[in-house]
Amino acid sequence: MVELSNEDVRKVASLARLKLSDAEIEHFAQQLGGVLQYVHVLDELDVSDIEPMAHAVDISNVLRDDETTPSLPREDALANAPKTDGRYFLVPQILENA
Amino acid sequence: MQLSGATASQLLEAMDSGEMTAADIVRAHLDAIASLDESVGTFLSVDAEAALTQAAEVDRKRAAGEPLGPLAGLPVAVKDNICTRGRATTCASRMLENFVPPYDAHIVERLNSADAVIIGKTNLDEFAMGSSTENSALKVTRNPWNVDCTPGGSSGGSAAAVAAALAPLAIGSDTGGSIRQPASFCGVVGMKPTYGRVSRYGLVAFASSLDQIGPFANDVAGAALLLERLAGHDARDSTSVDCPVPAYSQSVDQPLEGLRVGVVQEYLGEGTDDDVRSAIETAIAVYRSQGAEIVDISLPHTKYAVATYYLIACSEASSNLARYDGIHYGHRAEQFESLVDLYAASREEGFGDEVKRRIMLGVYALSEGYSDQYYVKALKVRRLIRNDFDAAFQNVDVIVGPTFPTPAFRIGELVDDPLQMYLSDICTIGANLAGIPGISIPCGISASGLPIGLQLLAGPFEEEKLLRAARMFERETDWHTRRPSLSQ
Repeated sequence: MVELSNEDVRKVASLARLKLSDAEIEHFAQQLGGVLQYVHVLDELDVSDIEPMAHAVDISNVLRDDETTPSLPREDALANAPKTDGRYFLVPQILENA
Repeated sequence: MQLSGATASQLLEAMDSGEMTAADIVRAHLDAIASLDESVGTFLSVDAEAALTQAAEVDRKRAAGEPLGPLAGLPVAVKDNICTRGRATTCASRMLENFVPPYDAHIVERLNSADAVIIGKTNLDEFAMGSSTENSALKVTRNPWNVDCTPGGSSGGSAAAVAAALAPLAIGSDTGGSIRQPASFCGVVGMKPTYGRVSRYGLVAFASSLDQIGPFANDVAGAALLLERLAGHDARDSTSVDCPVPAYSQSVDQPLEGLRVGVVQEYLGEGTDDDVRSAIETAIAVYRSQGAEIVDISLPHTKYAVATYYLIACSEASSNLARYDGIHYGHRAEQFESLVDLYAASREEGFGDEVKRRIMLGVYALSEGYSDQYYVKALKVRRLIRNDFDAAFQNVDVIVGPTFPTPAFRIGELVDDPLQMYLSDICTIGANLAGIPGISIPCGISASGLPIGLQLLAGPFEEEKLLRAARMFERETDWHTRRPSLSQ
């Protein structure tokens, strides 16, 4: 049985940048534990000699010419930003006394 | 002529003959939306003015003798995870509730240049994560055949819009069955093309190695016509494949000689509803009666597909959805203590439960010490699943079976049991893992009055064969002509 402790879930939530409530932590510990338990069905298979398959189509390193093409105007790129000064995306201050 | 509910071919013919104008057709569908959509809830947004302007432009071009695109005047509903410039694209998420893309998806450009009329944007499970459209943060969509049932998902709004005759054509995306399963639940045609057949540029990413855009229609010919327009190379999607697009709409009516039809025992296992099983057996007999050879085949790794799929899809989702940070676009929390806290609070407020669950599973499967055990192992099993299909298609042209083990389930029935919801995807996810095309077409009605879907699968880039094989069944039966009786 895969047991996920609340502490495990809290750690995953922190890696995932999700600020979960205590109730959510409890809830997800149970549900994710169930799903992880289930996926261990894959342990029945010996896959040691199998090459991982990341993509369905064998394409690699699609290259294009290194040429300048039109890109989004700044105004459009900033249009959906929750906070902007019209030139930049604004973030909270991250350095003290800056 | 009843315009709402007509097929794409009938509508094109009515316009060609001068019997109807594009404005008549678009207005009839807007009227149907106005009177019926309150009870079904398929659309998240409808821009009637833009649709009528576009229709008027088509009529002007026709009157002036200017060349018209292949979808001229046809209303198309587009799933709301596909970017439309200047027009909200919400993914049915609080995170993107106010997002207005600054660009069009490739397929939106293709629709526009074909003179199609985008009539509205349809509801979905948040970020396309789900099988019932119940995970939409913005709206409940109901099954037009029984409003207590779900329309399936994640493209539930697009499927229900076609079933309710609110649009003859619609666009969805399919990561694990999200076009085929709602098509099955709603009694319409829905197709997932080969991975790489249609550009994903402008499709909001869920699981990039599995996502594919495809058509819904009220008959196979409509799906062929729409796919022909969606397909084709686009340099902005590096996984888009550069190979010629056959004229699907021209060949779809030609039956296939000497068709070899594979029946997969693993797709008719325990848990398959009796009505579904008997509809599939009847469908197989329809192929046999047309001279097809029926071959029993096995896809031995089928029982591992669900676990493989959820590990890969969630891992990719956790990475793709890392972009929502409350800074560049999307929801930003008002209250936070630091930059990291701004990310975490914005994501906590912006995402619903299922999205959080999948991000968490993906982060766990990719995290240090666990990725070999979960993510990498799933990629290896993925190859075994693909090998199963490759071997099967050495022997048969198409594989037929149920799209889903049951007809539509009731709203709320599975909402607290995510694992049970995942397990039912058994018949559809193989095609996404292997990258092959699949189609769901109506093949029966259950005792409870709900549609049943027949799924056909074919080898990579064999959409033409798939559509012709689907049409062979459709021309012998009348299931595709059945419509739910909806009252206002």
